[in-house]
Amino acid sequence: MTALPQTTQKKLGLVIDLDTCVGCQACVTACKGWNDAGIGLSDHDPYGAEPHGTFLNRVHSYQVVVEGAPAQVVTFPRSCLHCDNAPCVTVCPTGASYKRAEDGIVLVNEDACIGCGLCAWACPYGAREMDAAQGVMKKCTLCVDRIYNETLPEEDREPACVRTCPTNARHFGDLADPGSAVSRLVAERGGYDLMPDMGTKPTNKYLPPRRKGPGDASPLAPLLDIRASGIAGWLDRMLGKL
Amino acid sequence: MHPAPSVILFSVLSGLGFGFLAFLGWGALTPSGWAAFLLWGLGYGLAVAGLLAATFHLGNPKNALKAFTQWRTSWLSREAWASVATLVLLAPMALSDIFGLGLPRILGQVGGALAILTVFTTAMIYTQIKAVPRWHHWLTPVMFLTFAIAGGAMLSGRTWAPLAMLAVGAVLLAHWRVGDGAFARAGQSLGTATGLDRLGVPSVLDPAHTAGNYLKREMIFVVGRKHAARLRKIALGLASVAPALVLLLPLGLFGIALATVLHLAGALAARWLFFAEAEHVVGLYYGARG
Repeated sequence: MTALPQTTQKKLGLVIDLDTCVGCQACVTACKGWNDAGIGLSDHDPYGAEPHGTFLNRVHSYQVVVEGAPAQVVTFPRSCLHCDNAPCVTVCPTGASYKRAEDGIVLVNEDACIGCGLCAWACPYGAREMDAAQGVMKKCTLCVDRIYNETLPEEDREPACVRTCPTNARHFGDLADPGSAVSRLVAERGGYDLMPDMGTKPTNKYLPPRRKGPGDASPLAPLLDIRASGIAGWLDRMLGKL
Repeated sequence: MHPAPSVILFSVLSGLGFGFLAFLGWGALTPSGWAAFLLWGLGYGLAVAGLLAATFHLGNPKNALKAFTQWRTSWLSREAWASVATLVLLAPMALSDIFGLGLPRILGQVGGALAILTVFTTAMIYTQIKAVPRWHHWLTPVMFLTFAIAGGAMLSGRTWAPLAMLAVGAVLLAHWRVGDGAFARAGQSLGTATGLDRLGVPSVLDPAHTAGNYLKREMIFVVGRKHAARLRKIALGLASVAPALVLLLPLGLFGIALATVLHLAGALAARWLFFAEAEHVVGLYYGARG
């Protein structure tokens, strides 16, 4: 059903820490690997001049000019935000696109998808990509086939991107529970929504990068301008005259 | 947005077809025999050709029947219902005209209203999308409806058809004027898209991927400003001014045919621009609009 649930018992989602993300693309690769084995994410001309394929997670890199402080480079992972008010769900004509009442995950039932692409148009965040080989829409499943999978060891029951992140920049949990680790992170670090004016009420939150100090001086700075004295100074002067 | 030929053909042909079917249903013309067969055939032909073109836009058309299930929330599903209901409801009226069965006109009047409703649902598929600010405005359905009604008036030889054609031009101009400022008014930037506006002014350092992807092909279409300005003049001239002038000349059926060809060419240009000039906010992540 493409009507959105009034409320969801849980709001499972991600909290992404832009302060610690180093843009290594490990989450992109882990996501691609796990979901290619699961739902299939095709690649086309992978070793040719114009390689392209379906990804559920992309990492951008931006430079930020900061007033009164050094400029910063911020790497920025972008994937489905599992919105409360998901416009991609209500536009779907077939009911393929849906939001689960139990945990808030937004999914695509590929058996009902006609590949019209309207859900991808409706998403402000570019979270959905049509698979060119299968003709159906692909999106982040929050690794629904990992997080409830009792055949996996308990530590692996989280999304592949979270499990693999070497800097611990990605956190997974229930954002409806104010006591959860992810909710506390959001509260402590000022987690925020992307494009809140779009009215989508995203579940996923981003933690802002910390401002760097105003032009921190290098500890080696005093050594940059040494004046030779004594015998070295005499040598310096003599050699300078040559 | 990528101006896909299938969607452009769909909205132009079905818009004109349903517009004409509305006038036939309302009894603007009361043809009989072969004339009725040809006129109703033209209306049905345009509408159905448009709908068929739309299915070429689907990646997985075998599930197309499922598109009738979600009418409660989805404008695309509502359009599926409205278009089929119109075609089914008007069929007895068409047969009645062709074979002189004398069925009550009310059937055609209801069917005609449904034909206009179908055009409205088509327009709402685009209008509802907040992520494309140029479309997200009440002028979008006004534009689609004006095209349909003016086209129907032209094909059914109404004396006021030239005025309706000029109205098409006025609505196009208004939609362009309002649309040109729509993205800025939506207030989104790379700063709000990433939330980095709370830190400073962000810009793209490196692309997220070096080659293209679905998002870039489908939603980040860049059209040159000069190119667009020229096409606007062509669209305005062919869709509105030229058919209005031709319809004023005493050319009879030939005049209507000529005006229709000109109007269709202009409508295709206008609809190409409707897609090509529409910017999706996802472009911000890729550095579109600075």
